[in-house]
Amino acid sequence: MSRSERLEFLQSPSEPAPGAPRAARKRIRKVLAVASGGGHWVQLRRVIPALDGHSVTYLTINPTYRTDVPDAKVYIVNDATRWDRIGSLRMALRILWVVVCERPDVVLTTGAAPGYFAILFGRLVGARTIWLDSIANVEHVSMSGQMVRRHANLWLTQWPHLARPGGPEFAGRVF
Amino acid sequence: MIFVTVGAQMSFDRLVGWVDTWAIEADRHDVVAQIGPSNLSPKRLQVLPFLDPPEFRRTMEAADIIISHAGMGTILTALELGKPIVVVPRLGSLSETRNDHQVASSERFAADGLLLVARSEAELALRLRELASGLAPRARISARADETLLARIRIFVDGGTRTPR
Repeated sequence: MSRSERLEFLQSPSEPAPGAPRAARKRIRKVLAVASGGGHWVQLRRVIPALDGHSVTYLTINPTYRTDVPDAKVYIVNDATRWDRIGSLRMALRILWVVVCERPDVVLTTGAAPGYFAILFGRLVGARTIWLDSIANVEHVSMSGQMVRRHANLWLTQWPHLARPGGPEFAGRVF
Repeated sequence: MIFVTVGAQMSFDRLVGWVDTWAIEADRHDVVAQIGPSNLSPKRLQVLPFLDPPEFRRTMEAADIIISHAGMGTILTALELGKPIVVVPRLGSLSETRNDHQVASSERFAADGLLLVARSEAELALRLRELASGLAPRARISARADETLLARIRIFVDGGTRTPR
């Protein structure tokens, strides 16, 4: 049994009592869903149906995106590229704060920079993490996707030709 | 109506200039444009301010043709609405974006018949003529991801397997 499998076992929810109704067996997870702007946000919204039945909180960069998810809690962070050191630091601290306050069970992100930080800090509070690389990255996984590979428990590409053993996994696309 | 959009993050004056010239030559007065943080004052295009997601979607819905940078937000929204879309990829070499990822992704999408690509001003005029004569691809996609992708994420969230390393 590999180390990750042992951890998997330790983290799996305890079995419900025999005879418990099937619906009760599914544990409701707290999911922090993270995306920066434009295509990252649109792609995140397209995978949200996978979280039906769980409790989803959002973290993104543009307050007008709240109109897309009117009933959900939405945190806003500043947008920054990795060349903007002060902006990146501000973003990182804000995301650390959000992750510590929310203590999500799962972090799901479609990138870019905010997703990188959310996965990094998510692991610190024991969250399991999903990186879904943007469909825009046809030739190679994005730079933030590469940087996050050691920290993402589920590391997905949307292009089958980029999937490889020990590398990103392909499970389908956002459309 | 034709809707031109370059996304909210960066200007893309090369595209806006091309469409402005085309609109004058084609004598079109129904071209509206979201030109991002730009100082350009187009002669013919009607410039729109930043649109929030519902406004953006309504403008897309009202348009007959979308002309855009190869940003995935715009492309996916156009495909959801079944609107024909011509994209001009931003180039890394002109500092229009970090690298040439828009070139690669737009070629892939074009090969799948989802959109038209124009890499030059002449090519853009040609693509717009093709659209006017009804030769454009008119793809439509559903509002959610592949069921296989949703299932993979669902299983993981419920406590299932990771990517094996």
